[in-house]
Amino acid sequence: MDTLMPVLASLNGLAAGVFLLSAFGLLATRQMQGCVRFFRLQSLALVASIFLIAIGMRVPDLIAVALLDFTIKPLLIPWLLRRYVREELFRRREIDQVLNIPSSLLVALALTITAYFLAVILPPAAGSMGNINVPVGLAGLLLGAFTLAVRREAVPQLIGIFAIENGSLFAGIAIAPRLPLVAEMAFPFDMLIIALVIGILTRITQERVGTTEVGALRSLREGGAE
Amino acid sequence: MARSIGFNLLQVLFVIALAPLVSGVLARLKEVVQSRRGPSIFQPYRDLRKFFNKDEVVSEHASWIFRVTPYVVFVAPIFVTTLIPVLTSYPLFFAFMGDMLGGGFVLALGGFFATLAAVDTANPYGPMGASRTRMVGFLAEPVFMIVFFTVSFIAGSTIPYIVQEHWVTLPEFFAPSHVLLVIAFVMLILAEAGRIPVDNPSGHFELAMIDESKNLEYSGSGMALMKWGGQMKLLVLMCILLNVLVSPWGLAHGQSIGDVLLAAPLVLFKIGLFILVLVVIESSLAKLRLFRVSEFLGAAFVTSVVAMITGLLRF
Repeated sequence: MDTLMPVLASLNGLAAGVFLLSAFGLLATRQMQGCVRFFRLQSLALVASIFLIAIGMRVPDLIAVALLDFTIKPLLIPWLLRRYVREELFRRREIDQVLNIPSSLLVALALTITAYFLAVILPPAAGSMGNINVPVGLAGLLLGAFTLAVRREAVPQLIGIFAIENGSLFAGIAIAPRLPLVAEMAFPFDMLIIALVIGILTRITQERVGTTEVGALRSLREGGAE
Repeated sequence: MARSIGFNLLQVLFVIALAPLVSGVLARLKEVVQSRRGPSIFQPYRDLRKFFNKDEVVSEHASWIFRVTPYVVFVAPIFVTTLIPVLTSYPLFFAFMGDMLGGGFVLALGGFFATLAAVDTANPYGPMGASRTRMVGFLAEPVFMIVFFTVSFIAGSTIPYIVQEHWVTLPEFFAPSHVLLVIAFVMLILAEAGRIPVDNPSGHFELAMIDESKNLEYSGSGMALMKWGGQMKLLVLMCILLNVLVSPWGLAHGQSIGDVLLAAPLVLFKIGLFILVLVVIESSLAKLRLFRVSEFLGAAFVTSVVAMITGLLRF
């Protein structure tokens, strides 16, 4: 077990790297499909990290959390989005951005470095293995918020919200790996409901207004005035 | 010492002799993936022989730069070969003459002369390709720097022979900084060698080409040297990636000539695997529009910076 620990730790580090990279991907891809794909990748990295921490720190509860997250985030949520958001949104190739891509990447880099400095304030990770999770999770959180700010379409913004949740969970499992399972279970189910509600809302907005571009939704439309 | 110099020469010969073969295999595999037959893998050798046998025509407006450039382009990768591990895992005679940064400079010198020569004649397409190459070049520059910084911080050195020692252990191999560094470096190779998401190496459409248009004015042996130099540059970059950064296995550890000769097929095997990866990348991506290149290299930059901060700010 002791010889395995460094390998587990560096694999966990790798998951953290992939997590951070896909947070950048979420921010910078032009295509809706790519955005969903990066969200999948990020969630898989999250699941991998939870799983590795569960093995490395011997917390059996976390394996259940990993399985739950694995079914909900990379599988169920993209399926729900596909089902409830209208086809047109996915068929459109490009998503509008407030900033152009290279400059938003640079802002995101600055945010990441900020997250590294902010992570010092947070409570330290429970085991040395999860050290890397705290700054990377915080960076994921900030990048998710930035995605929310920089995108103009509803679905990528929704994915930004999920990225915030992914980031906080990523840091959270390292800080408090022994949280009761009930508390951990609440979040993924919340996310499912958010995906469902916002998906349906997006669909209705698309039907009534013809766009889900948030910047374009300026004038008030009275209900039932079709 | 004589043996060390001998091995160095052997490495140089390896690169000179096999660079066209690597390009040939790459071209052939790409055609096979696209369900065509493609030229023989020895076609680059035949092309080189053809070019060497042809007359050379030089524009009367061309200056000395135009004449010197093929030699510089041909010699630059050879110099780099003496600095990096191609076949042996222990440092050879010239190994401490320059580090990875120095090698990068020497390669950049070849690129610099090729750009100048493209501007030198009055061909309208040459300067266009030259300015585009420089655009890709200056976008790739920060990635290069961050990659080298990261390598030097993590491995404690930028001498390739010392760096490769560092990645051999298992936990270090899977460290995030290492893996992300390799991804950034692969993206860099794609950009520097003019491979597909950035530039189409087999495209001859004047308005779209980047690298190809720099050789338009060359003919005869000048053309042969330029082509051969380009192929060697690709092979040298692959050797740096594979033997220094990714998989420093299969290199000769022993001092005897047999060990070194045995390393050659192993290194070729590794290069073959990397060619497969390259073929998958090139066949599954489309060439980017020119102004999207900055986004591709921006992604490479972000990857390398993430590698740096996950590697450096460990606590």
